[in-house]
Amino acid sequence: MPDTSTPDTTIAEGAYNYAYLDEQTKRMIRRAILKAVAVPGYQVPFGGREMPLPYGWGTGGIQVTAAIIGRDDTLKVIDQGADDTTNAVSIRRFFARVAEVATTTCTEDATVIQTRHRVPETPLKEGQILVFQVPIPEPLRMLEPRETETRTLHALSEYGVMQVSLYESIARHGRISKSYNYPVMVNGRYIMSPSPIPKFDNPKLDRSPALQLYGAGREKRIYAVPPHTPVKSLDFDDHPFEVEHWSECCALCGSKESFLDEMIVDDAGKRLFVCSDTDYCEGRR
Amino acid sequence: MYVAVKGGETAIAHSLDLIADRRRGDRGLAELTLEQIDHQLGLAVDRVMTEGSCYDRRLAALAIKQARGDLIEAIFLLRAYRTTLPRFGDSQPLDTAKMVPERRISAAFKDVPGGQVLGPTYDYTHRLLDFSLAIAADRPEAPTAPADTARTLPHVGDILAREGLLEPPPATPDGRPDDLTRQPLSLPADRPLRLQNLARGDEGFLLALGYSTQRGYGNNHPFVGEIRYGHVPVAFLPEELGFAIEIAEIDVTECDMVNQFAGSQDVPPQFTRGYGLTFGHAERKAIAMALVDRALRARELAESADSPAQDEEFVLAHSDNVEASGFVQHLKLPHYVDFQSELVVVRALRADVEARRQRAAEERAVLGQAAE
Amino acid sequence: MSGELGSSDGALLSARNVTKRFAGRVACRDVSFDLWPGEVLGIVGESGSGKTTLLNCLAGRITPDAGSVAYATASTGTVDVHRLSEARRRLLARTEWGFVNQDAREGLRMGVSAGANIGERLMAVGARHYGDIRGTAADWLARVEIDGDRLDDRPATFSGGMRQRLQIARNLVSGPRLVFMDEPTGGLDVSVQARILDLLRGLVERLHLSAVLVTHDLGVARLLTHRLMVMQGGAVVEEGLTDQVLDDPQHAYTQMLVASILPV
Repeated sequence: MPDTSTPDTTIAEGAYNYAYLDEQTKRMIRRAILKAVAVPGYQVPFGGREMPLPYGWGTGGIQVTAAIIGRDDTLKVIDQGADDTTNAVSIRRFFARVAEVATTTCTEDATVIQTRHRVPETPLKEGQILVFQVPIPEPLRMLEPRETETRTLHALSEYGVMQVSLYESIARHGRISKSYNYPVMVNGRYIMSPSPIPKFDNPKLDRSPALQLYGAGREKRIYAVPPHTPVKSLDFDDHPFEVEHWSECCALCGSKESFLDEMIVDDAGKRLFVCSDTDYCEGRR
Repeated sequence: MYVAVKGGETAIAHSLDLIADRRRGDRGLAELTLEQIDHQLGLAVDRVMTEGSCYDRRLAALAIKQARGDLIEAIFLLRAYRTTLPRFGDSQPLDTAKMVPERRISAAFKDVPGGQVLGPTYDYTHRLLDFSLAIAADRPEAPTAPADTARTLPHVGDILAREGLLEPPPATPDGRPDDLTRQPLSLPADRPLRLQNLARGDEGFLLALGYSTQRGYGNNHPFVGEIRYGHVPVAFLPEELGFAIEIAEIDVTECDMVNQFAGSQDVPPQFTRGYGLTFGHAERKAIAMALVDRALRARELAESADSPAQDEEFVLAHSDNVEASGFVQHLKLPHYVDFQSELVVVRALRADVEARRQRAAEERAVLGQAAE
Repeated sequence: MSGELGSSDGALLSARNVTKRFAGRVACRDVSFDLWPGEVLGIVGESGSGKTTLLNCLAGRITPDAGSVAYATASTGTVDVHRLSEARRRLLARTEWGFVNQDAREGLRMGVSAGANIGERLMAVGARHYGDIRGTAADWLARVEIDGDRLDDRPATFSGGMRQRLQIARNLVSGPRLVFMDEPTGGLDVSVQARILDLLRGLVERLHLSAVLVTHDLGVARLLTHRLMVMQGGAVVEEGLTDQVLDDPQHAYTQMLVASILPV
C-alpha cells in the first residue's frame, strides 16, 4: 500500500483537485459511464489514469467513484462484505479526504457504495449506486486471451465458447463448478463478468433498482447495468444455476439467509461461521 | 488475523508509521538528500524517469527516497503524480542529430563521421568490487574535452538510408498519435503507440524479450547501428508566439538498430530498423526496446510471427510494471469470500464423489449377495 | 437477382473470376465455377498452385482482390459471401458450412473434451440442455467410429486419425450443407487415411453433402470427388468429371501430375 501521507499534506495546500481527478478526466470518465449505461453489459474503453493506489487494488472503482461523487453524497466502502477490511478503510479514508464526503457503514444510508467481491445483503433502493472494483472485465478472457478476438465475439454475440466451458465443467465434475465471477447475460445481449462476487450474489444483480457501475482500472474498461435490467446467470436447462447454501447459521446474528465466512478458531481446526456483510450482521444483533 | 473484523483503521495507521520509521533507518546516520540520490545514484533516477515517463530528476530522486530504493515503487509514485499534472501542450519532436553527445558508438562501422565517443560506460570496467569505494574519499575529476555544441552529428542510419541500404523510417499514420497516458491502448496498435508503450515498459521485461529474440525466438539479426547518449534541446511552440522556443535541455539515450534485410527478386533488399529511446543514460533498456520494436514489426514486414516478442497483444499488455506489480501483489488482498465459495463447491463435489462411491459399493454388495 | 450475384440458378456455390494476390504475387487468378447440390468438387495441384488460397476465398476466410463468391443459403436466398456482414458470414460458417483443416489441432479445442468439441456448434446456436447436447455428441462420436467412453477425454489424448475424425464430427453435427476440406488426410499414415476416406465417402453420400476438397493426392481425389479442377500457378488449367480428367488428361500439366503417381 502506498504511503498516503504525502498526498494528504499536498491536498491541504490545494495541489490536488476535488475528488483527486482533474475535471477533464472526470468528464471523460462520465462520458464512458453514460455510454456504458446506454449499452448495458458492454465494456467501454476509457483513458484510465494512474491512481495513488496500486493497480488491482480498486483503481477502476475509485476512478468511477471519483467521477460521480459530490459533496452531498454519503459513501460506503466494503471489501469482502466488510466495512473494516484494510483496503475498504484505505479507500474510504481517501475519499473522506479528497472529496470531503460523508461516509457511512450503513447500507441504507449510503448513496454510493464502492465494493470489492460482494453485493450487500440489504436490498438496494432506487437512487443508490453500486460501484464494483473489477480486476478482469473480460468474461471470455480465460477462454480466449486475445482482446481483438474477444471484442469480435462480443460484437457478434458469438458466445458458444462460454457455454462450452460450462459444459466442460459438468462433464468433468458432474455440476457447474464455477463458484465466483460467474458469467451473466445482461439484457439478453452481452455476456458480462459480475466481478469476483460469489455466485450467491448474482441474483441480486437481476432487475436491481440501483445503478450498477463496474470499473476496471488496469484494463481501462467501464461497464454498467442500469436499474431494473435483466441479468441472467448462464446455465443449462437440466443443470440450472444455483447458489451456495450453508447448513450452519451465523454465529453472531443467527442469519440463515446471508453469505457466511468461515473462520478457523483453534488449532484443532474448529470452524465458526459469521456473516460476510458486517453491516447486515450488526443490524440483526 | 491480518484482516481484523474490527480495528483495521488503527492497524493501518500503525503500519504507515512503521514504514516511515523504517525508511529513515538508523537515526545516527545522516539522512539521504535528494541531491545525493540525483548525483550518486543517477542511473536509478534515469530509470525512474524513463518508466515513470516524467523528466524531473528531483521528483524521481524524491520517489526513490520515499520508496526506499524500490525502483518499481518509485516509478509508480512518479506516475501517480504525473497523471495529475495539467497539460499545456506538446513539445516539438526531439532532433537527436542536434545532440551534444557524452557517448556515441556504432557497432556496425569501425569509424563513423563524428567518431566513436566512448564516454562514461561500464562496458570496459572489470567487474571487480572496488573496495576503495567502501570509504568516503576525495576522488579525482576526469579530464573532458570541451563539447562541440555547434556541429550536428548525422545518424549512421541516415548515411545508410541515403544509399538505399536501409529502409526509410517506417511510415507512421497521419495525425496526432494516441497518447497512452490519456487513452486506453487500442489493439491492433500502430507503431507510435507501440513505441510509447515500450518506452514506458519495464526494463527487465524488455530485456528478457529482446534476449529471447537473440536466442532464436524471432531472431531479427540485429546490429547496433548507433547508440548515442547526451543532451538535446526541447523546443515548445506556444500558439500565441508562432515560433518554437527552447524550454529545456534533457539527457536521452537513443539506439538505432540495423536489422535483417527484407526484399525479393523484384524489390531490392534493404536493412530494416528497430528503435529505442530512453530518458537519461539507459543503454540496456534502449537496446532491448529496439530489439522488441523490430520484433513487433514482423507482420508489417511479412515475416512469420510466432514468438513471444513478436506477439503484439502479449508484449504490449504485459510490459507495464506498474500495472503488473499492482495486479500480482493484489493477491495479498483478502479473497476470503471467493475462497469460501470455492470451499463450498469443492466440498459439494467431494460429497458427490463419496456418494457415487458408496452407491457403487452397495450395488456390488447386492450383486455379491445375488450371486451367492 | 441471382444473375446480378454472378451465380447460376440452382447452383449451391458460384465463384466468378476470383483473384487473390499476396505481396504482388498472384496466388489465384480468375477462377470461376459452379458447385451443384450434392456434388463434391476436388481442387488438385502441387503445393504453391493456389488451391488453399482459393479454398479460403470460397469459405470467406480471406477476401479476394477481385471476383465474387455467391452462396445459395437454406432460407434467405443467394448471398455474396464477401459482402455479408462479418456476423452473418460467421453465422453461416458455423451453421450451414463446415471447414475441415489439414491439422486437426487448428480445427479443435484441444483443451476441452471430445463431447464439448462436438457440442460447441449446438451451443453456439442456442442449445441449452446438457443431456441432449451430450447425447448428440455421443451419437456423432459413434458415427465417426470413436469409442463412446472417450466422450469426456480431451483430443490431446487422441491419435492423429481420431483427432481428424473428431474434427469431422464437430463440423457435421450442425447439419451443414457445404463442407470445405483442406487436405483432410494429409500427414496421416496410409492405413489411417484409408479409414478416413471411407468414412468421409459414406457421410457425404448419406447426408447428401456438397463439398469442396483441396488435395495434392490424386488418389484421394479419385475416391471422393465427382468433378476436378486442376490448378497450376494460380490458374485453373483443366476441369471436368474426375474419371475423365484422370483417365484422359488433356493439359500437359495434368498429364504430368497423372503420370507422376504410381499406377494403383
